[in-house]
Amino acid sequence: MTNVIKLSAADLSGLLVERSISSVEVTQAHLDQIAAVDTGVHAFLHVAGEAALAAAARVDARRAAGEVLGPLAGVPIAIKDVLATIDMPSTAGSKILEGWIPPYDATVVRRVRDAGLILLGKTNMDEFAMGSSTEFSAYGPTHNPWDYDRIPGGSGGGSAAAVSSFEAPLALGSDTGGSIRQPAAVTGSVGVKPTYGGVSRYGSIALASSLDQVGPVTRTVLDAALLHDVIGGHDPLDSTSLTDTWPSMAAAARAGLADGALTGVRVGVIKELSGDGFQAGVAQRFTETLTLLSAAGAEIVEISAPSFEYAIAAYYLILPAEASSNLARFDSVRFGIRVNPEDGPLTSERVMAATRDAGFGPEVKRRIILGTYALSAGYYDAYYGSAQKVRTLIQRDFDAAFSKVDVLVSPSAPTTAFKFGEKMADPMAMYLNDVTTIPANLAGVPGMSLPMGLAPEDGLPVGLQIMAPAKMDARLYSFGAAVEALLEASWGHTLLSRAPELARREMFAGTATSTAFTSTEGAV
Amino acid sequence: MKKAELMDYDKALELFEPVLGFEVHVELNTKTKMFCGCANEFGQGANTNTCPTCLGLPGGLPQVNAKAIESSIRLGLALGCEIAEYSRFARKNYFYPDTAKNFQTSQYDEPIAFNGQLTIELESGRLVTVDIERAHMEDDAGKLTHVGGATGRIQGADYSLVDYNRGGVPLVEIVTQMIEGGEADSPEIGRTYVAAIREIVKALGVSNARMEEGNVRCDANVSLRPRGSNVLGTRTETKNVNSLRSVERAVRYEIQRQAALLHAGGTITQETRHWHEDTGITSAGRPKSDADDYRYFPEPDLVPVAPSREWVEELRATLPEPPAARRKRLQAEWGFANLEFQDVVNSDLLDVVEATIAAGAAAQAARKWWTGEVARLANASGVSADSLVQPAQVAALIELVVAGTLTDRLARQVLEGVIGGEGTPLEVVESRGLAVVSDDGALIAAIDEALAAQPDVLAKIRDGKVQAAGAVIGAVMKAMRGQADAARVRELVLERAGAAE
Amino acid sequence: MSEITAEQVAHLANLARIDLSSEEIARLTTELGQIVDSVAKVAEVATPDVPATSHPMPLTNVFRADTVVPSLTVEQALSGAPDRDGDKFRVPAILDEE
Repeated sequence: MTNVIKLSAADLSGLLVERSISSVEVTQAHLDQIAAVDTGVHAFLHVAGEAALAAAARVDARRAAGEVLGPLAGVPIAIKDVLATIDMPSTAGSKILEGWIPPYDATVVRRVRDAGLILLGKTNMDEFAMGSSTEFSAYGPTHNPWDYDRIPGGSGGGSAAAVSSFEAPLALGSDTGGSIRQPAAVTGSVGVKPTYGGVSRYGSIALASSLDQVGPVTRTVLDAALLHDVIGGHDPLDSTSLTDTWPSMAAAARAGLADGALTGVRVGVIKELSGDGFQAGVAQRFTETLTLLSAAGAEIVEISAPSFEYAIAAYYLILPAEASSNLARFDSVRFGIRVNPEDGPLTSERVMAATRDAGFGPEVKRRIILGTYALSAGYYDAYYGSAQKVRTLIQRDFDAAFSKVDVLVSPSAPTTAFKFGEKMADPMAMYLNDVTTIPANLAGVPGMSLPMGLAPEDGLPVGLQIMAPAKMDARLYSFGAAVEALLEASWGHTLLSRAPELARREMFAGTATSTAFTSTEGAV
Repeated sequence: MKKAELMDYDKALELFEPVLGFEVHVELNTKTKMFCGCANEFGQGANTNTCPTCLGLPGGLPQVNAKAIESSIRLGLALGCEIAEYSRFARKNYFYPDTAKNFQTSQYDEPIAFNGQLTIELESGRLVTVDIERAHMEDDAGKLTHVGGATGRIQGADYSLVDYNRGGVPLVEIVTQMIEGGEADSPEIGRTYVAAIREIVKALGVSNARMEEGNVRCDANVSLRPRGSNVLGTRTETKNVNSLRSVERAVRYEIQRQAALLHAGGTITQETRHWHEDTGITSAGRPKSDADDYRYFPEPDLVPVAPSREWVEELRATLPEPPAARRKRLQAEWGFANLEFQDVVNSDLLDVVEATIAAGAAAQAARKWWTGEVARLANASGVSADSLVQPAQVAALIELVVAGTLTDRLARQVLEGVIGGEGTPLEVVESRGLAVVSDDGALIAAIDEALAAQPDVLAKIRDGKVQAAGAVIGAVMKAMRGQADAARVRELVLERAGAAE
Repeated sequence: MSEITAEQVAHLANLARIDLSSEEIARLTTELGQIVDSVAKVAEVATPDVPATSHPMPLTNVFRADTVVPSLTVEQALSGAPDRDGDKFRVPAILDEE
């Protein structure tokens, strides 16, 4: 079955349940694709081929024995390297954690394992999720499957590239200021940042605790919903985890496909997140999408969110402050690398400082220093304290907006995928890239990005961001699925079907599938 | 400073007024740690009670122990504090190898309890009210062992080893306001205050309160103000003064040291000092390179604690009688002289004596047995008296003495049997056959035999020389192998001899 | 314009325990200055009447029962240790006191 890797998780699920395909076959097909294209894409930091096939065989055996398993049992998934996995290195893209294998699984990892999903490996990311391009990964950048010279977004560029290059139908990401949604936008895939507290953070290597949220990275809205249903829900190990009973996101996504799902839906367009500063093709596709929505019966309402102007500033105080404290534990005592100073006495203090100098990359150091500054005596009120007040104002803007509309929309990112190196020299330019996605993290509301076309000027994917009120993740899926169907109907195809066919490396072409995985075992 | 260089204590008091402050850390005796489900146990194998959270592994997250919150609130209430309607954890950021996360999860501007008061009574009867600024919750650090170097101290060590079993154990830190007016009593105030805290946490049952195991640790702040000045002096903070006697000695030492320095025209450096139990002095710690910028901020991984007023009142209803009030009441009820009562208190026997009395024993008898024979046996085997025998057993033993079943001497043998696990006092009496022979018939036979064997003694007794009876009594007791009530034997000897007393 | 100095950055690096080279300090001094200038605008709208938000979702009183759960094994706990001595983590001599 040559097109197995092009199938959605939902479709694979159907075939697996009716046993017209085995999980081993599906898994092997994806391992083959990884072997074939990941040298170019570099989405993975670690591929666990043997373990994946063994897990797939177990799922097949259970199904053969008549066991009724969850819908995604047997479907492969890629795991962002920010998540602790007991059987695979978990580096968060940092040299300081090179080779570290945690003695435990993150709650979301445990849940995907329990649901019978097949873990293919760990995906690349900006170091400790700090970045919008994967250029800050200590292990080299991931390449955008649409154009290898361009960034796949970040920090979760590895997960987004893995699904958009058909190396995996599903992936897990984490989103602190857009790390799921922006990579989805620039790779033509779907990504969801759930409501803060909707998905457990236990075992997710913390960047900024009050902003981080784990979520699905997929190629379709329904697939994201199916994965959300697996990873979501209360976890007593995360004290900020919500105890709410959640509706089925998959059911919500399917409801969005009903006729007239968009009729009467009030769609808010945030004035501050449209117009100036957006690439022409991005703005154009956004306007066209609004027109389509309107034609489908939705009511388009312009919304002002005046405090959003301060979101980036607040974010780049809160995030570094929390990160500076969260990253203090990387001290060469209990885990991770230890680096001795080049000269002078070997004291704990000097070894810690030398390890942190050698183990952290430039962006991590920049943010730790910034965060240390923002929290230090005499500056707290002006910086961290003020940023937390801005957070209140942004929440109020969202509250006001959602009293008028059902969902808010904006482009997911101001531009399409930029070229490597374009923004490396200017930290602020890189930070401004997050303008659209940051408000949702500050307020804790859920957000989704899905493809809304290719920018005419460069032929690269453009993402639509949808936001819903806190805890209304199901609304994102209903509305998102409806918009996805509307757009695909207008195009006559899926967006990713227009992605370039990736060069398959000669050495793997035609290789027997049963041996391909062995050469990808370990770091690639 | 060498002891000879210290200023005479009385002279120091003449020139300066001591101002004190104490920070007492109390380790709670919850089953699990503050922020994870690892066991809170002392003396386990290194790093056996650890998990991703208390080891500070990447991805670990804290979960607040409900019991620790409850204990903190009860402790706050017992200290007369207000309980915050809204309280938060904050991160105190500093790097140290025993601190797994390299921040301590503590409380900063929103502690669980604040504005309390504790009145303590000095030996002179003077009452001193110590104002409590706050009691806040935090987690303990792991334990460092320094290897190499001279004394196992940090200075000169080659390397150090870390055991994180204690890391994350719940602590309540109790911070006093400045204590002024202590004057010459200042060292005693220190000791008595810490003793009072220890007594309270013990009465509440929130801590094992063993200072030798670090359950209660005291940092003592001392500064001196020149007489006639209203400007506060620079204070020093003497860390980890971990016995009651040391608190008293350390405060006294700092007063004498600072006075000598100031009087010689020197200045006091605001610093951390270490108490040396062996030499009885404090020494300056190395100044910290981090200059105390802890960058506190609200702990984003934990949500605020907002105890309802109903819950606080429920907990208030569970508070035991304040230890000081209880002592007063018990001394009055039992009618003990001050020295007798102090003996009980200082030997940590108040609870068992009370329980023994509650089980039916007379107060003086209960005191006598616990501070006497039980304490002696406990001391001999190096354990605490209350771990040796149950109050109910002691009460039962006393009852047998009162009933005349046992003499004191026999009762001591029975106690040994009880401690040895031979059963209840009654069972020991039966199994060892130790009961006093109370059958007068057997006694009379023995007495008549003894009198007949010593006619000269009989004659003396009849002549009114009653003290001569001793020889007969001795012979009878010997014949009875000690299992006779000596008083009854004496009565019968005199009766049989026909003597009139 | 904020006035971030190299001394300040060196102090921050010390607080953050990162042994920055003088080149890194120089570069970070410039960058930090620019970033701080840009983020300082939060103070414009952070008026006293606005409460601070530290958590996006307003939860309180999230507690765990005081029940022991299994710990890691000692081998798991020490599995990532750069250096160990028996069952303890081993660190170089400590200069600072607690």
